[in-house]
Amino acid sequence: MTAALELSELTKNFGQTEIIRGVNLSIPKGERHALIGPNGAGKSTTFNLISGRCAPSSGSVKLNGVEIGGLKPFVINRMGLSRSFQITNIFHRLSVFENLRCAVLWSLGYKYSFWHRLAKLHDARQRAEEVLELIGLQRRSETQASLLTYAEQRALEIGITIAGGAEVILLDEPTAGMSRSESDQAVELIRNVTVGKTLVMVEHDMGVVFGLADRISVLVYGEVIATDTPEAIRNNSKVKEAYLGASLDESSTEGAH
Amino acid sequence: MKPTMRQSYEHAMAPGLTAASPRHLARYLIWGLTALVMAVAPLIFSSGFAITLLSQMGIMIIFALSYNMLLGQSGMLSFGHAVYSGMGAFIAVHVLNQVGAGALWFPVSLLPLVGGLGGAFFGILFGYVTTRKAGTTFAMITLGIGEMVFASSLMFPDFFGGEGGISTNRVVGNAVLGITYGPGRQVYYLIALWCLLSMVAMYAWTQTPLGRIANAVRDNAERAEFVGYNTQRVRYLVVILSAFFAGISGGLSVINFEIVSAENVGAVHSGSVLLATFIGGGGFFFGPVIGAVVFVLFAVALSSLTQAWLLYLGLFFVLMVMFVPGGVSSLLMKQVPLLARRKLGRMLPSYSVALGAGVVLLAALILTVELTYKLQIDSDNGTGMTLVGFAFDAASFKPWAVAVALWLAGALAWRAAVARVHQAWDAVQAEMAGGGV
Repeated sequence: MTAALELSELTKNFGQTEIIRGVNLSIPKGERHALIGPNGAGKSTTFNLISGRCAPSSGSVKLNGVEIGGLKPFVINRMGLSRSFQITNIFHRLSVFENLRCAVLWSLGYKYSFWHRLAKLHDARQRAEEVLELIGLQRRSETQASLLTYAEQRALEIGITIAGGAEVILLDEPTAGMSRSESDQAVELIRNVTVGKTLVMVEHDMGVVFGLADRISVLVYGEVIATDTPEAIRNNSKVKEAYLGASLDESSTEGAH
Repeated sequence: MKPTMRQSYEHAMAPGLTAASPRHLARYLIWGLTALVMAVAPLIFSSGFAITLLSQMGIMIIFALSYNMLLGQSGMLSFGHAVYSGMGAFIAVHVLNQVGAGALWFPVSLLPLVGGLGGAFFGILFGYVTTRKAGTTFAMITLGIGEMVFASSLMFPDFFGGEGGISTNRVVGNAVLGITYGPGRQVYYLIALWCLLSMVAMYAWTQTPLGRIANAVRDNAERAEFVGYNTQRVRYLVVILSAFFAGISGGLSVINFEIVSAENVGAVHSGSVLLATFIGGGGFFFGPVIGAVVFVLFAVALSSLTQAWLLYLGLFFVLMVMFVPGGVSSLLMKQVPLLARRKLGRMLPSYSVALGAGVVLLAALILTVELTYKLQIDSDNGTGMTLVGFAFDAASFKPWAVAVALWLAGALAWRAAVARVHQAWDAVQAEMAGGGV
């Protein structure tokens, strides 16, 4: 079976600086995969290379066996890959409902239509309402997105990402800046919305990582030093070294309950 | 005409209720009322000058609304929108002249459509270049294209008519149902009809997938790319549609003025529509309508009263941008929640004090400006002048003393009024927030 996402010998230079130095990674369909690593390891850059925000310097990115490296973000999105952002990236002057409806329009085939009336597009409304319910913002439907609380905006961010029905979901630090209880809710949400999909997430919160991921890859200085199950990663000496031992153990035990 | 930023109200109702819901009723009522006002206006203001004024308002409304498709709806600041209305007008004037020469048969009533298609054609041509970039780069390219078209208008005198422009005669062909478009009133009703159709069409556009995605691109172009939309394509399509409506306004101006010149594609005309849209406010669909009406009042009515009209318009624009950046429409829409909860009455006393202070300040401004103009520009004809029935000598001490007194009194009253408005506003807001549903 072809992998949902396959990176091989992926590199990215910004000028003389090598940020990504030959990443190899294969993620089968349906897996929940976490990408961890110290700050500046190149996790977000890897996401940017996969999602088309920037083009790789060399190497390949394959989505379901099809090369997508260097394609435009909207082309990659139409092929079934959707991503969220570390810094909340929503349509701030539109209502929550309109944010979600915008995110479903292309996938339902309405493209650039100016001959359909939105009010008559029942499938778009229905899909947007489904997502609204999934992310638990029904009561905020008419609220302007910029007026939401931080945690609500993060939920909307995930909602926009999954609304189009993409099969491969990339989440960039979905729980960054959240309190413990907010973060627990976010994990539940992520679990619910990615059922049957392939999930790749960058996350610093080890509780979230070990709670969600089927497999974990550790990125250090632009290279994947290990890819394995959470249990094996926890006991991997190279990983321990990269993380200077302590922090990984502490947070993993905290997240184990 | 509803606020465009929170258009999701149709979602709020149950799917079963559509035609008979109060929201729909309100919408039909607003459009019906708009049509009624347009139909009745020339019967109330029936002088030739008033008809001219109303006709120009109609043309400007279409032009400003088409501009707001770019500015308010899609976040594109254009400095060259007159290119599309102007080129549409040139195409239309040539067609009309061909009809006049008997070389072509075409009803004058449909001439605005020719202008629209002409505008759209140049939208396809120039929009391809301008929309490759967004933001400041887009603005700069539109400025460049505007200058380029204006410059070429003197290079191709056959098409643009050189400095004199191209004149025409709208009374051509056989009269249909007695309509010749000779009298100004018939022209007005043609403009009003096209204006209403264009308004409905442009409003309908805001309720389509492209219209909503244009809002999304305005808010966050990058994110729009990640939900499957090519933002460059979105901008391009919006420019073409906007150019179509701009072209309709150009076609109507051909019928109204019977002349088109290089000025029609020039930077001043592009600036006018920007001014009108800003004054009315791009945040709500009907904002540019108000802006267009105010602008025409300044440019046509005020310019016949005083030489200094451009100064007044400039001052008004600066004050609006500084203190009411959302335009007149935002000021009005702020009152809507108060009106809905019957609290507007509480604001009226402080509003009227502010209005009184504003009138005194306005009087001070007008007196100062007119005195200065008389002395600096018009002193060859003597320094005697009249203003609202008072005759005085601009070179004497007395009118200047009155002006100073008005400024002082106005400024003091204004300070007091602003404090009162704030106080009343805060009190009402607190009441509304405190569960006074």
